[in-house]
Amino acid sequence: MPANSYLHCSTSLATDIISFSQVFKRYPGGYEALKDVSFSVEPGEMVFITGHSGAGKTTLLKLIGAIERASSGTVLVAGQNVSSMRRRAIPFLRRHLGLIFQDQKLLYDRSAFDNVMLPLVVTGHSWRDAARRARAALDKVGLLDRERANPIALSGGEQQRLCIARAVVNRPNILVADEPTASLDADYADAIIEMFRSFNQVGVTVLISTHDDRPIRKLNPRVLTLHRGNLA
Amino acid sequence: MRRFAANPFASLLNAVVIGVALALPLGGYVLLANLQHFARGLVTDAQISVFLAPDASKSDITEIDRRLRGTPGVTRVEFVGREQALAGLKRTPGMAEVVATLPDNPLPDAFVVTLAENEPELARRLEQEIKNLPRVAHVQADSAWVQRVSSLLNFGRTTVVLMAALLSFALVAVTFNTIRLQILTQRGEIELSKLIGATDAYIRRPFFYLGALQGVFGGLAAWVMVELAIFVLNRDLVGLATLYGANAKLQPLGLTDGLAVLAFAAALGWLGTFLSVSRHLHQIEQE
Repeated sequence: MPANSYLHCSTSLATDIISFSQVFKRYPGGYEALKDVSFSVEPGEMVFITGHSGAGKTTLLKLIGAIERASSGTVLVAGQNVSSMRRRAIPFLRRHLGLIFQDQKLLYDRSAFDNVMLPLVVTGHSWRDAARRARAALDKVGLLDRERANPIALSGGEQQRLCIARAVVNRPNILVADEPTASLDADYADAIIEMFRSFNQVGVTVLISTHDDRPIRKLNPRVLTLHRGNLA
Repeated sequence: MRRFAANPFASLLNAVVIGVALALPLGGYVLLANLQHFARGLVTDAQISVFLAPDASKSDITEIDRRLRGTPGVTRVEFVGREQALAGLKRTPGMAEVVATLPDNPLPDAFVVTLAENEPELARRLEQEIKNLPRVAHVQADSAWVQRVSSLLNFGRTTVVLMAALLSFALVAVTFNTIRLQILTQRGEIELSKLIGATDAYIRRPFFYLGALQGVFGGLAAWVMVELAIFVLNRDLVGLATLYGANAKLQPLGLTDGLAVLAFAAALGWLGTFLSVSRHLHQIEQE
């Protein structure tokens, strides 16, 4: 894929795959979600972002996918300045990211299989190739036998795994997950975190926001803590 | 197409609404074309009456007759002598007594000139030309009738154009609304598609297909409606025509005109989609 090669090329120039420098995010009305946030993530790292709700975790992750734009400062993702990126370029950035949303955003008018197919359909893969990759992704999260099921018929943990399958089907270099374990009980949450760890082990950079400190105590990963928009 | 088929009833209704909106001006157009055709057959005998001076001699009459026949745009020249005209007048009920009181024949010699075409412009021009011939006392063009028909047709044409313009707006509005509803229904899918790397063009494309397709179906519905109306009207006209011994029949819409209607409807559908998509996808973007 030619699009992927430019990504590798640019990461070899800058060692960091994600880099925030002096990032501010102000919402209309004056509320400051992020204040002077600077940090960087190297390729292949697994980073947890913690903090109370409203501390700015979701905002921070949204800036990576250009879902929101920084008010000031620079957000570099794979060597590209996301905060000043042209609108037309954004879809091509997102194709290299695996995004897992807090509200899941599954489509309930189609099967689990079709949900996972969507990122490939959108990028114009042939149906045969897309179907093969979608099944591989479903297999990785252990949902291959549920591919015909409607997402509404899946349990909470299964829905979350479906979201992960959809996020990784494009073989992204970066996985960004917003509170992926929020509504799950401990066993399911552990399984989900374990899944992210296995993707990380094959070289995918992983960013996970959570207010659950169990996996952090268990894995002892790198942790960024947000407190009222400030990086502690 | 999948979306059109997904909700056949609503899609059909939309096509019918667009069809009715298009059928009105289209029907008007067909009726007008037929009227024009009919009027041409009816008024080809546009005439000019040429009255000669009382002192016109036999040789003057021959000369004028020759000149009239030589004028381009004239198909028939008929001489009506003063005696002949008087005899005709005597035959008119109530006029015989009046004529009897006259000491001598007050009528001039006259020509009735039939024109080749039912053109008010031509009638006016010939009227001027004939007026300048020697020994011609008075020229009366029956172009008033020609002009009246012509301006009536113009009036009809303007009405049809206005109606078409107005109802085109309706078509654009209907499409605008259909696409708006469709965007709202698919809001989740659109938002997600954007988040997983779909380009704007990718998201817009199916809506354009939908809008244009709906326009085509509407145009098709209009075509069918107009043809059906012509079929029904013709059945009545046959009865009417046999009563009057005339041959009146409405001509259906030609293939070229029909295809033009389809293309026009598709273009309007496209326009409605463009307006709707620009507005509503932008709204989704902002939230």
